Amino acid sequence: MVTTLTFVLVHLAPGDPISVALDRPGVTDAVRQQWRESFGLDKPLGEQYVRWVANAARGELGYSFSHRRPVRDVLADTLPRTILLAGLSLVLSFFIGIAVGVLQAERPGGARDRWLGRVLLLLYSVPDFWLALIALLAFAYWLPLLPAGGIVDPVMHDYLSAGGRIADRLKHLVLPVLTLTLLSAASIARYQRSALLDVLPSDWMRTALAKGLSWRAAVRQHAVRNALLPTITLAGLWLPALAAGAVFIEKVFSWPGMGLATVNAIGARDYPLVTAGVLAISVLVVLGALLADIAVALVDPRVRLS
Amino acid sequence: MARSAAAGQSFRALLLARTLRDPRSRAALIVLGLAVLAALFAPLLTPYDPAAQLDIVRLRSLAPSFAHPLGTDPYSRDVLARVLFGARVSLAIAFAAVALSVSFGVLVGVVAGYLGGVVDVLLMRLVDAALAIPRLLLIIAVVALWGSVSVFTLTLLIAGVSWFAVSRLVRAETLVARDREYVVAARALGAPAWRVMLRHVLPNVVGPGLVNATLAVGNVILLEAGLSYLGIGVRPPTASWGSIIQDGAERVSDLWWLTVFPGLAIVITVFACNALGDALRDALDPRQLPLTASEDIVHRP
Repeated sequence: MVTTLTFVLVHLAPGDPISVALDRPGVTDAVRQQWRESFGLDKPLGEQYVRWVANAARGELGYSFSHRRPVRDVLADTLPRTILLAGLSLVLSFFIGIAVGVLQAERPGGARDRWLGRVLLLLYSVPDFWLALIALLAFAYWLPLLPAGGIVDPVMHDYLSAGGRIADRLKHLVLPVLTLTLLSAASIARYQRSALLDVLPSDWMRTALAKGLSWRAAVRQHAVRNALLPTITLAGLWLPALAAGAVFIEKVFSWPGMGLATVNAIGARDYPLVTAGVLAISVLVVLGALLADIAVALVDPRVRLS
Repeated sequence: MARSAAAGQSFRALLLARTLRDPRSRAALIVLGLAVLAALFAPLLTPYDPAAQLDIVRLRSLAPSFAHPLGTDPYSRDVLARVLFGARVSLAIAFAAVALSVSFGVLVGVVAGYLGGVVDVLLMRLVDAALAIPRLLLIIAVVALWGSVSVFTLTLLIAGVSWFAVSRLVRAETLVARDREYVVAARALGAPAWRVMLRHVLPNVVGPGLVNATLAVGNVILLEAGLSYLGIGVRPPTASWGSIIQDGAERVSDLWWLTVFPGLAIVITVFACNALGDALRDALDPRQLPLTASEDIVHRP
């Protein structure tokens, strides 16, 4: 369904990869036509679609016109980098977000809740690419502590020792992961706070308090566990959203991931790569939902995998 | 019917009073008012034309100074003028796209929830599928492959991919309202479906719709800025807050004023929208209407 939509939308666009790739004065229309035929671009759209689906199912994603190599190879290079970025941020932002949400919900309306709430709302209002640019300005240019972009130092990396290489990679990870984490943690904390506020008036909370538990202990031991379920479900949906949102971070920090590749492919009218990028995110959507279901079943004794 | 109308009015008055009593929303309304005024009266606030290249030799890429408080860009255009006129474009896109998407989302939600059956199943399946794809991705694919889109088309596109979450929310509200006594009574009296929806169901979903719309304005401002930054939103030479940042994106370290100032304009405006949205939500339901997961997912990150 998603793939069909993408395919149709992408092909509704004016221009095709051949007219972009061969946009040079010396190339005649006849040559362009020949190229179109050899890539099957002269066939009716329906036929192109059927072929594309059949090939995608076999893991054949076509040939990237702009990278001049199979799309599968491009994805194999770029997708892991995006997943690294998004996965690290996912884990970090959930720990931070849940912790902040709990701190807020312990005393709803208290000074801590209100101040954290304001900070979160502010973070929530910051454009991701802008925060990344500001982080870049602050920590790479004004205070040159960290590298400005890429995944490794382009000159020195090959000459470093094994430990030095790892340190080099980690240094390049800090800014992209931190900006992505900060923004996503703000959303998660807001969500976790309202999930907690929903369960606070429950009967079992009253029971816990009645048997002598302190308010704080009751919140931490009972309420948090119950409020965790919607958050876990959210985590499954969050991974693909992070992977897509990483586009901005990847662009600012020249992180050669799938988001950057997809955006660049758009400029080059590289259909196969764009469709493959969207397809990869759709697969992540399904995978994320599946993982979330499994995680909920593990945590919640009322749900059992059969 | 008279009763429901009276209740609706007092509800609205109550909502207004509660919202205005909240210092958050007063501050937010003032900030938003100033932003709108600045956009409307942009020509009075700056002597420069936002698109005019003042002096490409001597006034190029100047740091902020008295003559150009926010500096000039690589084409020697005054950044303050561009931020002020950019507010027109950014705010117009946001308000128009939200008005369109929220009205459409409310329409779909009420119809799906009230009629139920096949209509409901079909519409909600479509919405679920659409919500699963990050909206950013969808727009990136469409906008960029269509080549340069006009501001008008961009607005339609943003609206077109933004109504899903509203319709889900409104459908849920409609399902509750559908079985209220006065709705059942109206139906029993023989009122046609459209009339029941319009007069009895719709007033129930106005509140959540309004909260959603306020938060959505902020989100659309963020989205437009992001798209313009990627170079696929508002096209040069038109100024929008995102496209000004894009103009300085290649040389962030030397042209920091092109990044910092329009970005601050975005943050302040969006923060005001979000604060107002939060205040409205609290005013509507002191027990706090939880943010739906899907709503959050769609715009962020």
